[in-house]
Amino acid sequence: MPERKLRILIAKPGLDGHDRGAKVVARALMDAGMEVIYTGLRQTPESIVETAIQEDVDAIGLSILSGAHNHLFKRVIELLKNEGAEDIPIFGGGIVPEEDVSYLKRIGVKRVFGPGANTEDIVSYIKEMTNK
Amino acid sequence: MISSIDELIQKMVSGDKRALGKIITLMEEDSSSSAYIVSKIYPLTGKAYILGITGPPGSGKSSIVDKLVSCYRNENLKVGVIAIDPTSPFTGGAILGDRIRMRSHYTDKNVFIRSMATRGTLGGLSRATSDSVKALDAFGNDVIIIETVGAGQVEVDIVKVADTVVVVSVPDMGDTIQKLKAGIMEIGNIFAVNKADIDGAEKCILEIKMMLELSETKNGWVPPIVKTFGDRDNGANELYEAIKNHHKYLLESGRQEKKKIARGKADLIYILQNLFIKKFYEAINEEELEELGKKIASREKDPYTIIEELIPRLKKFL
Ligand code: B12
Ligand SMILES: Nc1nc2c(ncn2[C@@H]2O[C@H](COP(=O)(O)OP(=O)(O)OP(=O)(O)O)[C@@H](O)[C@H]2O)c(=O)[nH]1
Ligand SMILES: [Mg+2]
Repeated sequence: MPERKLRILIAKPGLDGHDRGAKVVARALMDAGMEVIYTGLRQTPESIVETAIQEDVDAIGLSILSGAHNHLFKRVIELLKNEGAEDIPIFGGGIVPEEDVSYLKRIGVKRVFGPGANTEDIVSYIKEMTNK
Repeated sequence: MISSIDELIQKMVSGDKRALGKIITLMEEDSSSSAYIVSKIYPLTGKAYILGITGPPGSGKSSIVDKLVSCYRNENLKVGVIAIDPTSPFTGGAILGDRIRMRSHYTDKNVFIRSMATRGTLGGLSRATSDSVKALDAFGNDVIIIETVGAGQVEVDIVKVADTVVVVSVPDMGDTIQKLKAGIMEIGNIFAVNKADIDGAEKCILEIKMMLELSETKNGWVPPIVKTFGDRDNGANELYEAIKNHHKYLLESGRQEKKKIARGKADLIYILQNLFIKKFYEAINEEELEELGKKIASREKDPYTIIEELIPRLKKFL
């Protein structure tokens, strides 16, 4: 049987217009053989969860550089629960202070990658995390 | 395994989007799941109207799909969309970005959008497209819109899957229409000249008209040419009307029935082809294939002779 293709949603929630990081990551995942659903800027938590369900992704990666990470991650996680889709793992990256990273981990974010994160590390992390 | 697929099918049929998403994934991954699922849901299919949107890369297909979804939603119809983007032949990965243009429908409960990568299939669709259409149909969609990959001369498989094919072209294609003549321009039931805001739209329309004059009219349907503006609202209604007219024509002329029969035949051949290829890979492992490749390359044997020799081994699969 052919190897299972990983499908990953890379989304930018809120009004944050910094999309370089998200694009760099999307490109790196594609180069690693994954299918990346890229939805562009200004997504609401509602649209992210709806997209994740319709696209049946293996994981959701949020990119947030605006400072609104605590609120946005929490909201996406809540909505996933409401939809019975809390089994879809969620991770992310951007500008997130250390103390917030531990908060995010407590509410269920798998991992947060900061500036300068190596895309190879991101790729191997995703492979590991989704390897159920 | 099978029982959990049954459960998924049950859920999907009762309107669960997550189950539909998972069923499409199964279909994309493995043709034996497809075979099982299609055999279960087939009686529920055949109701949806299937619209294909094709055209060169960047011509505005996704933008137009977005506008058409709005038109269908205004009439309260339930819409499924399959949007196909290319898989990189080098990495096997893909960035699926058609959705970006359809954001106004993301949270509409009556719109289901699925992005798909070609995964090596040529012809403008992916292997699982035709089966996924059946899943979207069984889910209860009234309309299913398929956006092909950016297409040129050979990506014409959409004609085997869709009831109506809209070919999108853009003014600055210039004399490329000439080049496309033998390819996607022949499959259009409707022509949309998109980006009609840029210079050369009239010239583009003229070229399409001339091309259509050369080809014989197909069973009394003269393909209309509509100006569209994918990034604006004008033009969308005209295109929508043209599509509805074609649908009406299909029903009234009996073409719809003929198309369904032709589609049935195409399905058979397509499934058989894929089955053969799958069985071939089951019978012959990578090393042996490499060896055979070497023999062909060194002129020790020709490919036809090798196939002749392989046939007895493939027969046991039939
Ligand atoms: C370039 C930049 C801009 C560009 C953005 C261009 C674009 N289209 O992206 C412009 C000039 C437009 C801009 C504007 C603003 N910016 Co600015 N900008 C930056 C800057 C200098 C670099 C960001 C960048 O592109 N980095 C390169 C990419 C590749 O790195 P990255 O995004 O961090 O991504 C990496 C990781 O974080 C991680 N990652 C990121 N996303 C994801 C997602 C997943 C799933 C994963 C796994 C990993 C991951 O992996 C990536 C690869 O290593 C940063 C400062 C900094 N050093 O980060 C400020 C910065 C982000 N900006 C800032 C601010 C305040 C703004 C403005 C509000 C106004 C201003 N003061 O300039 C506006 C807001 C614009 C808007 N609408 O949102 C602040 C944010 C402060 C905060 N969050 O508390 C920063 C931190 C500067 C600062 N120190 O004040 N900015
Ligand atoms: N000027 C102008 N730009 C348009 C029009 N329609 C779409 N565009 C722009 O053309 C670009 C491509 O549009 P898409 O809808 O993504 O095109 P596509 O055919 O789906 O592209 P692929 O799926 O990549 O082949 C976008 O930047 C659109 O905003 C139009 O009528 N006029
Ligand atoms: Mg597109």
